[in-house]
Amino acid sequence: MNSAITPADAPVVAAWPGTTPRLLRLTPGVEDYAEYAGGGGYQALDEPDRLLDEVERSGLLGRGGAAFPLAVKLRTVRDGGRAGAHPVVLANGEEGEPASVKDKWLLRNRPHLVLDGVRLAARVVGAQRAVVYVSDPLAAQALDAALAAADLDLSIGVVTVEAGYVAGEETAAVRAVNGGPPKPTDKPPRPFQQGVDGQPTLVSNVETLANLPFILRHGGEEYRAVGTDASPGTFLATVTGAGRPAALYELPHGVPVTDLLALHGVSPEQVQGVLMGGYFAGLVNRAVLDATLDHETMRGLGSGLGCGAVAILTEDCPVAVAAAVMAYFDRENASQCGSCFNGTAAMSAVTSALRDGVATEEDLARLERWSVVLRGRGACATLDAATNIASSLLKQYPELVASHLAGACDSCRTSAFSTLRPYEVEAAS
Amino acid sequence: MNGPMKIRLDRTLCDGFGMCAKHAPGYFSNDDWGYASLRSDGTVPEGDHDAVMRALLDCPVHAIIEYGEHGPLGARSPAINAEDSSEQNLGAGDSQAIEGCGR
Repeated sequence: MNSAITPADAPVVAAWPGTTPRLLRLTPGVEDYAEYAGGGGYQALDEPDRLLDEVERSGLLGRGGAAFPLAVKLRTVRDGGRAGAHPVVLANGEEGEPASVKDKWLLRNRPHLVLDGVRLAARVVGAQRAVVYVSDPLAAQALDAALAAADLDLSIGVVTVEAGYVAGEETAAVRAVNGGPPKPTDKPPRPFQQGVDGQPTLVSNVETLANLPFILRHGGEEYRAVGTDASPGTFLATVTGAGRPAALYELPHGVPVTDLLALHGVSPEQVQGVLMGGYFAGLVNRAVLDATLDHETMRGLGSGLGCGAVAILTEDCPVAVAAAVMAYFDRENASQCGSCFNGTAAMSAVTSALRDGVATEEDLARLERWSVVLRGRGACATLDAATNIASSLLKQYPELVASHLAGACDSCRTSAFSTLRPYEVEAAS
Repeated sequence: MNGPMKIRLDRTLCDGFGMCAKHAPGYFSNDDWGYASLRSDGTVPEGDHDAVMRALLDCPVHAIIEYGEHGPLGARSPAINAEDSSEQNLGAGDSQAIEGCGR
């Protein structure tokens, strides 16, 4: 494919100043086979176990949101295959987070980098079959073209589903590839136990897999040359909000939030806080201005990097943002687990009432209790995401919550932040 | 039946009848709307078999499933157990560490 499929309203794409990007490609347009292979891609892999050792040395963590060590997953699925099963690799590119665009960008613009990562993961676990799972039609188009151009000794299929928040969860991906609806299943079994066709399945985010070619070429130590000890390497950050155009940056883990704000053209004085990890990791108040962007620091703030999406709150009232995200969960949950469809509806009602200045002390007490007792009660993490929004609103903005009990703030009274998909990045052309 | 029994609860099936928490309250808890979750990892010592089996057999939607020691989920590697334990931490009510999005 020669034509660029980057839409006109695509986010700004930039590398961190002074670093060479590993995942982003700053030349506009789709990278074709000749460019990718000519730049050192699709290198021969003679010793898969040695690559696994290098992945372990690199400390590469999953980029889908859970930050689980890839080497552990690879080893577990490989061992399942050696015990007589037929492992499968499922590359997850169904980016259910509306505020994240990194997976769609990678698939649309660097499909060969993703496929190279899929090929390497398949060799490591001993898989003869791989699937790339997406919802973005342009991503599927780019993958089909790349597969036609590449000569891979592996069966790789592309499965396309309708986009949805829950469709990107790992068991939803397996269920969809197996012919079911793209909705999560309860655990156990987890995909590395029983996944596609009942076989041990490596479900890994496409950005995670896109790091494997770098590790093959340069080794685990070089991979750790940027980032922090506990969060090595770079990551793709979708940055939205603050009245600025959305941007996709490749950042070394550990960069100060204030430096990111400077790069993005946002004054720290304007910032009320952030919505972290897409809709998953909750709100963080202005304490985020003293933080660095790595898993350990974000955990220390009671939040998380998640999928690397950061929405910056300046004019938007955090109470109204929480209400909008909670309403999204109320609409977009899988409608499967009673604790989730009831819990998100109930928490949405309270956060909306708080935004509108009509919530009571009793409502708030219920919200606080639900934010604790509902955690872990769903088959997937959607309900946990909703409890994260509730608990972070209450803990990070107690004065704002108290003032909304007495009546809506000026912003919420006159023109409350209200949108179906807060901080959505328009990726579609 | 010898040794510990292992069960799991499929919360996508649970319809909130509440029989399980009535028969085996040590193993099942209900939320405000009557929907159940397992309180533990699903291991049931022999002394509790009868109560848990009654919960299992009385569940109108068969959301409680017993699985065997030697079944496909029985042989669990240390790596798998390690991930399970991190999820238990995530599920703790007082945990502020946000992980386990599972994508």
